[in-house]
Amino acid sequence: MAQSAAVDTQQQYNYAIIKKFSIMALVWGVLGMAAGLYAALELAYPFLNFNIPEITFGRLRPVHTTLVIFGFGGSALFATSYYVVQRTSQARLYGDGLANFTFWGWQLSVGLGALSYMFGITQSREYAEFEWPIDILITLTWVAYFWVYVQTLRRRSQPHIYVANWFYISFILATAILHIFNNLAIPVNLFSLKSYSLFSGVQDAMTQWWYGHNAVGFFLTAAFLGMMYYFVPKQAGRPVYSYRLSIIHFWALAFLYMWVGAHHLHWTALPDWTSTLAATFSVMLLLPSWGGMINGIMTLSGAWHKLRTDPIMLFMITALSFYGMSTFEGPLMSLKSVNALSHYTDWTIGHVHSGALGWVALISFGSLYHMVPRLYDTKLWSLRLVYAHFFLATIGIVLYITAMWVAGIGQGLLLRAFDDQFGTLAYTFIETVTFLHKPYVVRALGGAFFVSGIVLMAVNIAMTIRQAKVEQAAIEAKIASKLARA
Amino acid sequence: MSELLRWIGQFENSKIVALLIFFVTFCAIIIYVFTGKRRKQRLESYKYIPFEDDEKESRTQRKVNDDE
Repeated sequence: MAQSAAVDTQQQYNYAIIKKFSIMALVWGVLGMAAGLYAALELAYPFLNFNIPEITFGRLRPVHTTLVIFGFGGSALFATSYYVVQRTSQARLYGDGLANFTFWGWQLSVGLGALSYMFGITQSREYAEFEWPIDILITLTWVAYFWVYVQTLRRRSQPHIYVANWFYISFILATAILHIFNNLAIPVNLFSLKSYSLFSGVQDAMTQWWYGHNAVGFFLTAAFLGMMYYFVPKQAGRPVYSYRLSIIHFWALAFLYMWVGAHHLHWTALPDWTSTLAATFSVMLLLPSWGGMINGIMTLSGAWHKLRTDPIMLFMITALSFYGMSTFEGPLMSLKSVNALSHYTDWTIGHVHSGALGWVALISFGSLYHMVPRLYDTKLWSLRLVYAHFFLATIGIVLYITAMWVAGIGQGLLLRAFDDQFGTLAYTFIETVTFLHKPYVVRALGGAFFVSGIVLMAVNIAMTIRQAKVEQAAIEAKIASKLARA
Repeated sequence: MSELLRWIGQFENSKIVALLIFFVTFCAIIIYVFTGKRRKQRLESYKYIPFEDDEKESRTQRKVNDDE
């Protein structure tokens, strides 16, 4: 009886595709974070470039960002969205073949992208360095993803579409629009990998940062909020604090995010009103962001004791805290006066990583720790390793962002200082570079902590899967022996 | 009326028009979500959707415990 229930769940839902995406999320996560660590070490110790063009900082940096954002984050989103849409719709995922196409299309895009950057093939657009053939492959994959998701929602046995799916679908739609318009380009010829953007000058900069910030807004925020709205209540064993607040959270983000990209281009050739508009909307974004954070954290209201015994809950609540912190820091940095100091310094890098490591990675880790044992119908191999991972990751993030605050604010002050009497700069550029060495070493140390954490996770998940296979083999042996006796 | 329609149709006014449409829609959503006792109950009932397939899950988990 018990076994038939387990088989039912496995047959009712398409778990095979989720397993594949989950494993690849960890593979890309380890590779991408290791690439990031090496790039950080190159900045602290430039001899590590070894004059090998393929691993110089300039080429390794987009490899890192692509592998962690699209490889790790993207695969985690595919996995969790396919899990959430099936579980909340109580319907099997539409089109096994098409879902498989999204898997291979996405993995191929990420892998080819990373390789092409190492060989210097890039269109040099931030977070969209893929050249045009890979862009086309991504577009096809994304259309298939949208179709699979929408058709699964149409199959739902629930009359209402749960709010996590709203966040996922907005992420899929917005990413499609952003990807297509940002990558409008003309190839040099059909057999050349080189292409040139359809936009030029300030319009090109606007398009890039409209894409760049909304990639943060819809890929790295809205989608992971979808994750949060399902996995936090499930792990806490209690429903989300306020469903109505989650509706307002969704619509406020949808209305506000699209306006803020221009805050990346303060004090440039951009019209002043555009800058002011972007800064104003950035400040307004604080309200829905904190509303969502409070909604997530308050879900644990009355069950705070779970934090003492449940390391997965620790990941989730810490992720929400970092979400709150980085969505406060973002509007602050979007103010033109603050931006005059922070822009072109490492403060920006620190801010990005407090969101990317603190929010995106931690909520993904928590969700994967919750989901993987259920996919394989077993328990986590080691909870102690989850605790170890949590503390390694948290210490790593704190080291990283404090080092970048010191580096960025110091760098900004040094670059701005000038001699009152002669109006000349007070420091030479090389003095600002020398100043950065120590914070860069601490940043690399923080990165090493974080990478060690995900390596522990990969081991833990691999052992969990192995354990599940052993358990399955034992059950099959039991059944076979019972049948033989009968 | 035709003056107003012409003003709305002019490209240079698109920013204000878009802002007004979004703002009014957003206010309408807030009013819709936070008014009406029955609507409140209905909307808040949706938060239990993730738990509706828990029975199956607990049986699955029980299988693991039984095996242990």
